[in-house]
Amino acid sequence: MTSAAPHPSLLAESVKDAAVAAFLAAVLGFFFFALRTDIGTGGLDLTYRWGLWFTATAIVFAVRLALNLLVFKTRNPVTQHIKITASESTLSGIGRVLGPVLLIVAATLPFLVMWLFPNRDRQFIDLAILIMTYVMLGWGLNIVVGLAGLLDLGYVAFYAVGAYSFALMAQYFGFGFWMALPLAGLLAAMWGVILGFPVLRLRGDYLAIVTLAFGEIIRVVLLNWYEFTGGPDGISGIPKPSFFGLEFSRTGGFAEFFGLPYDSIHRFVYLYYIILLLALITNFVTLRLRRLPIGRAWEALREDEIACRSLGINTTNTKLTAFAIGAMFGGFAGSFFATRQGFISPESFTFLESAIILAIVVLGGLGSQIGVVIASVVMIGGIELLRNLGFLKEIFGPDFEPTQYRMLIFGLAMVLIMVWKPRGIISSRNPSAVYKERKKIGSDMVAQGEGH
Amino acid sequence: MEYFVQQLINGLTLGSIYGLIAIGYTMVYGIIGMINFAHGDIFMIGSFIALATFLALVAIGITALPLILLLTLLIAMLFTSAWGWTVERMAYRPLRGSFRLAPLITAIGMSIVLQNFVQITQGARVKPLQPQIQGGITIMEGVTENGTIAVQLSFMQMIIISTTLALMIGFSLLISKTPLGRAQRACEQDQKMAALLGVNVDRTISLTFVMGAALAAVAGFMFLLLYGVIDFYIGFLAGVKAFTAAVLGGIGSLPGAMLGGLLIGLIEVFWSGYFTVEYKDVAAFSILAIVLIFMPSGLLGKPEVEKV
Repeated sequence: MTSAAPHPSLLAESVKDAAVAAFLAAVLGFFFFALRTDIGTGGLDLTYRWGLWFTATAIVFAVRLALNLLVFKTRNPVTQHIKITASESTLSGIGRVLGPVLLIVAATLPFLVMWLFPNRDRQFIDLAILIMTYVMLGWGLNIVVGLAGLLDLGYVAFYAVGAYSFALMAQYFGFGFWMALPLAGLLAAMWGVILGFPVLRLRGDYLAIVTLAFGEIIRVVLLNWYEFTGGPDGISGIPKPSFFGLEFSRTGGFAEFFGLPYDSIHRFVYLYYIILLLALITNFVTLRLRRLPIGRAWEALREDEIACRSLGINTTNTKLTAFAIGAMFGGFAGSFFATRQGFISPESFTFLESAIILAIVVLGGLGSQIGVVIASVVMIGGIELLRNLGFLKEIFGPDFEPTQYRMLIFGLAMVLIMVWKPRGIISSRNPSAVYKERKKIGSDMVAQGEGH
Repeated sequence: MEYFVQQLINGLTLGSIYGLIAIGYTMVYGIIGMINFAHGDIFMIGSFIALATFLALVAIGITALPLILLLTLLIAMLFTSAWGWTVERMAYRPLRGSFRLAPLITAIGMSIVLQNFVQITQGARVKPLQPQIQGGITIMEGVTENGTIAVQLSFMQMIIISTTLALMIGFSLLISKTPLGRAQRACEQDQKMAALLGVNVDRTISLTFVMGAALAAVAGFMFLLLYGVIDFYIGFLAGVKAFTAAVLGGIGSLPGAMLGGLLIGLIEVFWSGYFTVEYKDVAAFSILAIVLIFMPSGLLGKPEVEKV
């Protein structure tokens, strides 16, 4: 629709297209909206829900028609405006201040929350902790996928190793969080090497599927090794971290030592700062590593493995270090997860978790550190916000359960963001090695986890 | 010996189902080089459609079981194909020519969407269906220290194996003899060249997804009849195992997918029969890792040529 003249049959065309979409929706939805099987007396009962089916079809028709008229087929489609990148200078200007601003916000967040939402501070700080955990996981995975270009679909395995290392050490040897943390990281790194060594000569999708298989193997083992890991019951009573030996308890702990009135929020704030620190360490290490020969080798490997080999880079060792360092940060995050929850079970380490972490990295823009932050806030914060849609019950009646739509919306968001911006939300990259002048390049100039 | 033969039959039955799903993976991988993560969930959708159709046909008042089964199979294939087509159209086609991780992420997203859609519309509880086809024939009998043991080949298993066989033959003919199959093979080799020679590449790819979905629907129906229990989560594990099968057989190769499916089914059944049931998934996944490490092109696949 490039012609400048107004299209005479715009409406007719839109209606026709919407009708096709509605027909498709009716076909697809027939067995899911119109019919429903339920366990009844003496077998399965079939219930008919023609009203729901009709409503769903009508909604698809209306939405498609509105989209056709307003977004896709107008003479100046809205999508065209979206594609126009705001002038590069302003964008990079925002980019330059965005990092420090986010850092300041992150550093003062608990106090901001306590000041702004005194009634719901615990809930919001807990959410911030969750988001920060995913930021850290995203940054850890970014080393593997974004920098070294190795597609890892089983990252959750290292998260699980970290969590279970700490939980088991606490259970069997009575280790505290700070003592177990480095050990858990080391163990996860070791597992990274063990799992990585045999598979790293695979490429691209094959590597992805083998890492997925390893992730599942670890989960199944955790689930079935009942004597050691507690199987599906998990491990509970994992100790909370202490502040230089001070517990966050009602008496004789942190509050008493500093002469503060006891408040359970102290522990949440403390947990928040632990994960913030861990995440910042991850980020700092990544940024520094990029300037070291090993980091350069990762990126070179991502761009062209064959050239790397012919230049004498030991590709196996280079990949293994990326895998091990990524795994180590996954392990740190895992121990933190264990101490925060106080209870872990194999349920928490399913493939979905890996998929969410990978989605955060890819949606943010592979190799972009700030992209991971934005994607975590949008996706994880978004999912959690959907928990608070209780007011919709008043509109749609008491049977309407908004929380069950969370993952549906999450999945749709993954698809839509990817279709809208295949290279991720942040579409420019900072090259780590430059000739003459340092400037940003478009993300499509960078090979990304394609593992050639 | 009798126990062995019985396990062999069970393994072949399960393997047929995996093989049918694996074909969908291998065709899509062959033609556009992506792992269609949502394919396992298409299989799940297929089994739900089959269940609803089956119940609806019974409710209408059709009493002849063969007729019900046949109609269910056809309807499930038809409607599941529509799902396969839609998934491709919505999530993969806009990303054609984009970098390779993008469709992988949308595929994972689609898989999450499909699972949750079914969970919301059909409920999270499992759906048990009474065994519909009963009886079988005894093909062997032996005496062991615990008494006699009979090897049963149930009608159910016969139906599954023969349907799979028939579909495989029909499908191979479709790929090797018809213009559509020729277009598919052309797209697999070189999409640009195929497009220059007048092959409608988008349409061919769509049809690949449709065919994969139709076969997955058959597998879903078989799964429903064989196990009698389905829920919204069956797609993930079946999908991963079928993908393992496709890789084991050599991805991109149709006979390879079928062979891989049978092998994975046999491995799983024998592992459960002779070792432990709990670790049967570990066995399947370990096979996947071992095959990929030592034989990346699979049993029947073409070795990958490294171009510099």
